[in-house]
Amino acid sequence: MSYGILIVSHVPEIAAGVPKLLQQVATDVSITAAGGTDEQEIGTSLEKINQAIAANQADELLAFYDLGSARMNLEMAAEMTTKKIHLYDTALVESSYVAASLLQAGVALAAIEKQLEPLKIKGNN
Amino acid sequence: MELTLENYLAWMQDFAQKIADKKDYLSDLDSKIGDGDHGNNMARGLKAVSEALATKPADLTSALKVTAMALISKVGGAAGPLYGTAFLEMAKLSSKTVDLSELITAAAAGLQKRGGAQAGDKTMVDVWLPVRDNLKNSQLTSEKIEQAVNSTKQMEAKKGRASYLGERSVGHLDPGAVSSGYLFESMLQTGVIK
Repeated sequence: MSYGILIVSHVPEIAAGVPKLLQQVATDVSITAAGGTDEQEIGTSLEKINQAIAANQADELLAFYDLGSARMNLEMAAEMTTKKIHLYDTALVESSYVAASLLQAGVALAAIEKQLEPLKIKGNN
Repeated sequence: MELTLENYLAWMQDFAQKIADKKDYLSDLDSKIGDGDHGNNMARGLKAVSEALATKPADLTSALKVTAMALISKVGGAAGPLYGTAFLEMAKLSSKTVDLSELITAAAAGLQKRGGAQAGDKTMVDVWLPVRDNLKNSQLTSEKIEQAVNSTKQMEAKKGRASYLGERSVGHLDPGAVSSGYLFESMLQTGVIK
């Protein structure tokens, strides 16, 4: 499958938990996650995000995050990789779940993005 | 006003010391309108910067670059990518010019691109922009830095974690503005500007 999902959270447990939920409806979608700082504290780590991007089997990733600074590190990681990263300012759990189920069903990216639109809740902060 | 490897190292050493001294104060400011970790995050980042600079980078560009990488990888909070981007932009430009005003201008532009903040959003940008402008006119003083930092107190946050508080963010200094104030105080005190 050419599309994968990337989850970035400030908390290691959230980053570990969200893919569990998603994988239930998307057994064939490659889902990787980065959560917390390198010291497993609250925050995000560019290095962990880079690793999660590299570990994902897809070369085009739909990326979801929790709070603002995760977005900034995601942007930096996106600039550093050759994979294409689509960044969504949407509610983390709901929108990644929508994306996962639609990817599993083979829905095209444009149609997925249309479904994600009403879930946009951030980006300005 | 040229940035050199020597005055840059002195500047960062002084900045790291200030951050270490003010760690608790910065976290305390942050706990009022944010997640309370700015002091600890910055202290961890600047410790990494000091360690990286202790390996004696060959020139100014590499010194700026290792500073950026240490901040990006070690700070953890929003300040990491923000300060990191600022230093990375200076590193990139420093192979062409070492004029301090031009370097800070590039850094401030990078900061705004990364964080998307405008003047008046109650962020570190509210210190970086006046510093940039005053450097251009060779009029940067300690008072002007202090003024810029204090100006964030009455602002309502539009960016960052504090923006979730809306008007309740009014009446508190922005922690990123305060740490940026320390950065530029150090710049003045260590003779980067003569």
